Amino acid sequence: MRALTWHGKHDVRMETVDDPRIVNPRDAIVRITSTAICGSDLHLYDSYIPTLHKGDILGHEFMGEVVEVGPGSTLQPGQRVVVPFVIACGKCFFCGKQQFAACDNSNPAEKADMSEVMYGYPMTGAFGYSHLTGGYAGGQAEYVRVPYSDVGPIVVPDGLEDDEVLFLSDILPTGWMAAENCQVEPGDTVAVWGCGPVGLFTIQSLFVQGAHRVIAIDHHPHRLELAKSMGAEVINYHDVKVREALFEMTGGIGPDAVVDAVGMESHGFTIDNVLDAVKATVKLGTDRPHVLREVILACRKGGRVSIPGVYGGVGDKIPIGALMEKGLQIRTGQTHVQRYMPQLLEMIGEGRLDTTFLISHRLPLEQAPEGYRMFKERQDEVTKIVLKTDWKDAA
Amino acid sequence: MPSEHVDRALDSDAPLTAAVHQRDVAHEAAEARGWDEAALVGRTITVNRPRDEVYAFFRDFRNLARFMENVESVTPGDGRISHWVLKAPGDRSVEWDSVLTEEVDGAALAWESVEGADIKNTGRIAFRDAPPGRGTEVAATIVYDPPGGDLGKLVAKLFQKEPKVQARRDLRRLKQLLETGEISTSQAPFAAPRGGSHAKG
Repeated sequence: MRALTWHGKHDVRMETVDDPRIVNPRDAIVRITSTAICGSDLHLYDSYIPTLHKGDILGHEFMGEVVEVGPGSTLQPGQRVVVPFVIACGKCFFCGKQQFAACDNSNPAEKADMSEVMYGYPMTGAFGYSHLTGGYAGGQAEYVRVPYSDVGPIVVPDGLEDDEVLFLSDILPTGWMAAENCQVEPGDTVAVWGCGPVGLFTIQSLFVQGAHRVIAIDHHPHRLELAKSMGAEVINYHDVKVREALFEMTGGIGPDAVVDAVGMESHGFTIDNVLDAVKATVKLGTDRPHVLREVILACRKGGRVSIPGVYGGVGDKIPIGALMEKGLQIRTGQTHVQRYMPQLLEMIGEGRLDTTFLISHRLPLEQAPEGYRMFKERQDEVTKIVLKTDWKDAA
Repeated sequence: MPSEHVDRALDSDAPLTAAVHQRDVAHEAAEARGWDEAALVGRTITVNRPRDEVYAFFRDFRNLARFMENVESVTPGDGRISHWVLKAPGDRSVEWDSVLTEEVDGAALAWESVEGADIKNTGRIAFRDAPPGRGTEVAATIVYDPPGGDLGKLVAKLFQKEPKVQARRDLRRLKQLLETGEISTSQAPFAAPRGGSHAKG
């Protein structure tokens, strides 16, 4: 089959590789129809994530048609499914609590040592995201093997197009959980830092969950326009002092909840630091938690801090005094995608959530390397690229 | 050895493996058995299955090869003896007989290799109830006499010079198998195809 493989910094290629096979009873093979490039794929593209091997297939946002199933799968060939980026066994203590992103079993035993050294506990398996999360092949390919296919994938009704449901795989539930972590109450104002795909879906979800006002913060004009079109008030941090603006815009109280949808940027999680850390079992690279500091300082007393943004190492100069003295609550974590998929699919069907506004470009899978370049270089205008396996030429 | 510090650690409700000052139990085990030296591996894991089921699975020693990466087979023989064969590269074979030295139904199993084993080893697996609704804690303690010479090199390679890592991985596989019915894998090429040097053509 054809697949997008990683070979080094800013070097991804289309290659012909082996087709995946059913190897475990609960596996399914899915023929990909649509797959997206995620902002977090750029961390791989920029070589900021350790333990990626040359030839690894990337991609963790994908959907397609079931073509083959193992005897333990509940899927049937011919079904259209969206596959969550988190791989979860459905049987362990954590899956039992619906904390699917903490699944104990999906990271193969021989891959789990590295993250156990880094974080004290092994990370959960995920598609196409380095060997820290299991070394699973990703979905920017014609076919993918889906382990534990009786737990993850959700069957999609025929009436919904790929582009309407594809983002159930990651960024829509991630935005929804980020909003849920704000524990919105009537009259609440929520400030969201970062208007990338997760930030925008967080804004949409916050309004659905009953937020009175959302204030969005970014510096890309196009992204701020999108946030505005969803009903958010906007702050361009290049032109405005953010904390002072938020204070004034909320009558001197501050936002009731704050969202860091930026994360570590691409600066702190340096590959050399982390590799050293894995070897020496001592410490990790220092993330630059600029936005995290900002959200803690801006949040009102007794407010909530939601962190969907990804961090990988250790943080320096976190305003722990403000956190404690103001009595803030922090909620964070990788997304428990499986928990949210059914309700979000229903809301898409009812027209309460729209995901298609985000897609700025559609390309054939064969042009995936060009897609990575565009996404990297033109972040304001390129909000989301969807790759189509059945397309031969760009439309 | 500061044994008074070790004794004081007994006042805490924590396993002795967490004590700040450690007894050299590996050395003590070697002395007790008349071995030259000994290496000790200890690790606990929680399996989200009832204790009787976990115990029964382990007690059927043929199952061990299903989750222990380096074990080719364990064959129960007469009485309390079982025959162990490790996977070894080339035409080397590493094998021995073990005798069951302790069997407490649902709670503990211990074994010791018999005289003349390629790798002298002894181990004990304790099975305890986890808090209600959370399955079973499986605590493994294994002591072995690291062989020298060619065999030593082979064993070091097999166990990646770090039997602790191997034990940790084997227990994770046991947990996966009992909880999910399968063992997670991303082995190239078929479980996870890869490009580059693995690519076709």
